Formats: sequence, structure tokens, C-alpha cells
Amino acid sequence: MNALIIGCGRVGSTIALQLHKEGWDVTVIDENEDALSRLGENWPGSFVVGHGMDTDLLRQAGIEEADAVVVSTDGDNTNIVIGQVAQKRFGIQCVIARILDPARADFYAARGLRTVCPTKTAIDTLTEAVRACEIPKVSA
Amino acid sequence: MRDPESERLMYVVIAGGGKVGANVARSLLRLGHEVTLIEQRRDRFDRLEDEFEHQVQRGDATELFVLERAGIARPPDIMLALTGDDEDNMVICQLAKERYGVPKVIARVNDPRNQAHFDLLGLAPTICATSSIMALVEHEVPEHDLIHLLELRKENLEIVEVQIDRDSPSAGKRVEGLKLPEGARLISVMRDGRSEIAVGSTMLEAGDQVLAILEPGKEDELRRVLLRR
Repeated sequence: MNALIIGCGRVGSTIALQLHKEGWDVTVIDENEDALSRLGENWPGSFVVGHGMDTDLLRQAGIEEADAVVVSTDGDNTNIVIGQVAQKRFGIQCVIARILDPARADFYAARGLRTVCPTKTAIDTLTEAVRACEIPKVSA
Repeated sequence: MRDPESERLMYVVIAGGGKVGANVARSLLRLGHEVTLIEQRRDRFDRLEDEFEHQVQRGDATELFVLERAGIARPPDIMLALTGDDEDNMVICQLAKERYGVPKVIARVNDPRNQAHFDLLGLAPTICATSSIMALVEHEVPEHDLIHLLELRKENLEIVEVQIDRDSPSAGKRVEGLKLPEGARLISVMRDGRSEIAVGSTMLEAGDQVLAILEPGKEDELRRVLLRR
């Protein structure tokens, strides 16, 4: 199975390494050549330098054969647009886009883009953690 | 009775207060329209505020609360996405159109390579300074064979100009005798500075400038019939 990861920051690189460990063929795209170092000393997958908005580059990175595309650059709107391009132009069923803004994540999720919103997850987890605190009741 | 004067006036929200956005805002205000300009950068916003006062707001126009503060839910008659970032412009247009029902959105394309993405997402009309300049430059090339004059995106048609020369197989033929591709028609023929509508009996000559309307993608077929290239 082929996975294409666009944006090789902390999130993208870790997903790439994890999927590779699980047996996926992984290709990573990042604008910055230095991002390759996030994948460790001997990254066995492919690494393509360029911008994910570039359709030719996406083709070159094998998007047409991808079973899953993860869009995790540091720009919400860039992720939204690339996610839709992967879905609509290349017909990829499994496209997951990281969107930090909960409002935009909801809007695009309702329109059929699989969005993951770390902000929302953080809010839920932190709120839950506060609720779980054992605070000694103050006796009246 | 409604004031006919006020019926001609529109509410326009503009995202992006750079040179383009600010000049468009200024022009619309001069015509009496109601405008809200949104600018994210602090330094730019401060300068714009001196001139536009309450008509400029600071914020990221891809954030829903910023758009709502600018009155997107009224909704405005037109949303103009004029920032220097194409991804932002695409998201602004999608939000305006699909979430808030803004009847008309117009987007600026900064990098002509992104035009295909705007088209894919159904965002039209768009305006790209680079593409407009290139079309004009193309027009000036003395030995041009086929140039694009106008794209009718909604109609999925385009208008091109073709220069007939001595070696063209169409020179000396009538329009009705040409095997024009399906989805292409000749509109007019310009000769010695005078233009006439192309009909079946119109004779093509070397030096003619022919206007044609066609479906995008038929250029090569048309070129072959008229120019054998």
C-alpha cells in the first residue's frame, strides 16, 4: 500500500516513520530539503522536494498510485486546498488533512474532507484532564 | 418608494489590504458603495485605518469569526478575495459562497499555475495579472499563429485569433470549404484594418486575422485546418 505524506514537520515525519514501520510504501513531500533529516539517517522511502500545490510534482511523487494521502503542512489553507486537489483531481478516497482551526475543520469535514483538528483534540483532552483531577472538597 | 440611487449601491467585503485591495476599496467607496476591508498585517492595518477608519478591520479573513465581524452573514453582494496568497483566496471564496451564500465571489490569482485549482473548486471569475500581461505580450509577437483573446469560463468556450499566412492551406479557400473541427466556428475576418463577419462564402487570404470561438482543447485541430501546424 502506498502512502503520500505532504509536509514533513514533526507530525508528517512521525506519521511517515510509523506507516513505514507498518509496511507501507511511503513518499514524503516537503518544500525544505532539510526536512529529510526528520526521517532519520537512512530513510528507505522516497523524499521529494517541492510544494504540494504543484500538480506536476504530486504526479512525480506518485499521487496517482497512492492509497492514502496525508496533508500536514504548517498552513491550514494550504492543507485544505491540497486535500481537495487530491480528492477531486486525483480521485483519492483516503485523504486526511490536518486543520488547526476547529471552525474550518468542521466546515470542510461537512463537505466530505476527512479533517483532523489537533486543537479540538487538545481542548477535549485538557478539559477531560481537569475534570479527572481529584480536588479535595472544601468542607463547609 | 425605494430610492433608485440606493438600489444601485452594493455591499462589498474585500479580503486583503495590499495595493490591489486598498485601491479597489478606494474606488468602490468613491462610487458610493459600502465596503469593509479586511487586513491581517498590523503595519498595513495601521496605515489603512488612517484612511479607511471603521471601514477596515484587522484579522485573518479565512477565520469565520473575522468574516462574520465584517458582515459576511448579511450577506454582501460581492466578496473579493484579493490577498497575496492563493490558498487563502480559495478558502475565502469557498467559505463566502458555500457557507454564507454570498452571490458573487471574485478571486485574485497570484501564481498562474494555481489557476487550475481555482477551476477545480469551481471558483470563478478569477483575475490573474501575470496571465493578462502574458496574453498582451503574446499579441505583440509578430509571428504569432494562434493566441487566446478571451476565456469564457462559465460557457466553457474561448475566443482565439489566428493569423493566416501564405503557406496556410486555408489561404484562398472559402469558410464553407474548410473542415473545421466539431466545436469550433469562425467569427470574423480582419483584412487591411477592416473586419467582417465570417460566413460560408467568406474567402480567406494570406495576412487575414481570423477570430474563432471554440471549446478549450480544440486549438490544435483548428491550427491544423487553418495553418497545417
